[in-house]
Amino acid sequence: MRESPRQELWVGAFVFVGLAAIAYLSIAIGGLRAGGPGGLEIVATFDEIGGLKNRARVVVGGVKVGQVKSVALAPDFRARVTLDVDRRLELPTDSSASILTSGVLGDQYIALEPGGGEEEGAKGPKFLAAGDEIQYTQGAVILERLIGKLIQNLGSGSSKNDGSDTGADGAISEEGSE
Amino acid sequence: MSPAAGLGALGAGSLALVRNLGHFTIFSLRLVAAGGQRPWRGHRLLREIYDSGVLSLVIVCISGIAVGAVLGLQGHNTLVRFGAEENLGAVVGLSLIRELGPVLTSLLVAGRAGSAMAAEIASMKLTEQLDGLRMMSVDPLDFVGAPKASAMILSMPLLATLFTLFGIFGGYLVGVVVLGGDAGSYLSTLQDAVRFSEDVAGGLLKGLVFGVLVALIATYRGFTAQPSSAGVSAAATSTVVIASVATLVSDYFITALWGY
Amino acid sequence: MDAASAVVNPIEIEARGLCYTRGTRVIMDEFSCVFPRGRISVLAGPSGSGKTTLLRMIACLIHPDRGAIRIDGEADLAQMGAAAVRAFRRRVGMLFQGGALLDSMSVFDNVALPLREHSELGEAQIRDEVHRVFAAVGLEAVDDLLPGQLSGGMVKRAGLARALIENPDLLLCDEPFSGLDPPTVRRIEALLQQVNESVGATMLITSHHTQSTLRIADHLVLLQDGAAISGATEALLHDDPRVAEFFAEAPSREAAECAP
Repeated sequence: MRESPRQELWVGAFVFVGLAAIAYLSIAIGGLRAGGPGGLEIVATFDEIGGLKNRARVVVGGVKVGQVKSVALAPDFRARVTLDVDRRLELPTDSSASILTSGVLGDQYIALEPGGGEEEGAKGPKFLAAGDEIQYTQGAVILERLIGKLIQNLGSGSSKNDGSDTGADGAISEEGSE
Repeated sequence: MSPAAGLGALGAGSLALVRNLGHFTIFSLRLVAAGGQRPWRGHRLLREIYDSGVLSLVIVCISGIAVGAVLGLQGHNTLVRFGAEENLGAVVGLSLIRELGPVLTSLLVAGRAGSAMAAEIASMKLTEQLDGLRMMSVDPLDFVGAPKASAMILSMPLLATLFTLFGIFGGYLVGVVVLGGDAGSYLSTLQDAVRFSEDVAGGLLKGLVFGVLVALIATYRGFTAQPSSAGVSAAATSTVVIASVATLVSDYFITALWGY
Repeated sequence: MDAASAVVNPIEIEARGLCYTRGTRVIMDEFSCVFPRGRISVLAGPSGSGKTTLLRMIACLIHPDRGAIRIDGEADLAQMGAAAVRAFRRRVGMLFQGGALLDSMSVFDNVALPLREHSELGEAQIRDEVHRVFAAVGLEAVDDLLPGQLSGGMVKRAGLARALIENPDLLLCDEPFSGLDPPTVRRIEALLQQVNESVGATMLITSHHTQSTLRIADHLVLLQDGAAISGATEALLHDDPRVAEFFAEAPSREAAECAP
């Protein structure tokens, strides 16, 4: 049971440096924060979410304010997305949510645009609280459908033949603009 | 060997495997039970952390830089084809944090500290030191086994993280310093891509699980070694083989389960 | 515990009908004998005759296939539960053939281990006890040495010191004279006799050194063909031709074993 003070020093240094490394990796690189960045859960329903995944980022004006917590199918076959955003965020109740793509082929994310704050409550403009639903949503643009639409438009534009309208790949539907 | 004899051998081998697995499980439970009681062997734990952890630092850090450097090189060459070379930081970081850090560290540590641990215990068995402890009413599992195993379990995630950080640094050396990439992009893509809950936490969990595996396997092979010099070396080599395979197989399962 | 006049309750051991088979080798077959209280009994016999096996059975490290080993006419070692074995071992000190000292700890720490584990003595008292037994076995200035740094004779003495430090009622010695040069053998013989006189414990010694055996044994147990021929040394030598024959042809056998 004789331990040299030098061994003790090395072990202490090892454990300290190791824990510090874990902390650095977690916080500085991994973005771990005490209490988490979110806390405020709000809901948005879309016709089409495209490639939106859990933990996709939620931004306001380009700044990340939270992430997608979960995606589920609503009874009316639309996609019901639960967002987990910074609890300090004060978003007017008429804010809108759109699904955008970063770059042409990048990840999909949700951009929130604060509304005008026209709905007034007892103490001034009302803000979105936990569990509230965003009313104005814009679903994802599916690239294939866009191309199909483009081809169809070009086709009907350049050739006056009727009936040679071969449908473009996939059904063309009105995209969720409300 | 005729097919019938071959099948017979396969059957016998499978039974032996299941029996060994059972023996190993019971041993591990007894080890945990022995170690989980007072007296806490703080001094012995300290010495064992020194042997498993501190003495593995050199191999872990050098290998970390080397692997990170290779990742930087390979990553750069591949990403350049897609015009995406500024993402090198993310590629190197994610590869290391999620996979290469924990897995390679476990393989290295199993080879260095795991085999040493098994050999030391086996040699103590050979020279009757373990029996000597029993005659003094001291349980060898408590006095020898538990501190060694605990030290390994504690050290593995720490070593894996150090490997990862040295690897990120190695990737930086190659990608930025040598190949002229942008330092800012390296670090920013790294930070953007790495998320604690998915990547870092998963990596730490792997480090912990691998530590448990290597610890239990090394201690088990040591305690069940044949009391001869051949037995001691067999304990060491079988520890490396079994612990390495266990690491790689469990890596798949953890990755699959964590990544849902 | 006052060392100088340590009260010891020497144990009497009676083995009855012991049977032990390893594979196809019958090591013991209806083996019965008595080890008288407070005397030096020597287990003699050719190599592989089961001397060490019997010693290990009394130490509860292995169990006989059949038969009983009675302590003071009461408890049966072969049927004891773990707690009873632990209690019994507190009364036993064992000197292993290679000393079985923990090679990572100093000689002092090795000899102090039983006290540190079992007693509430403070460090100063422990130091006094350790130095007391060191004096009793003739060791000096070895406190900080590692077991690997000791000569063969010193290893035996240190092992003996550790076995004696808790004033055992039973002392087991496995081949205490093996690997020593003749002058040292004589010294160890003298030491064992001295210990028997001062401590008063029952002593069981295995040895194939016939000259030493004849010199120190009060009671002789000769193992032949799995059975025991036992009795007081003098009487046995005179009355039993097999015993006389074994010891008569011994010097040449011993010389052959000692030859380099």
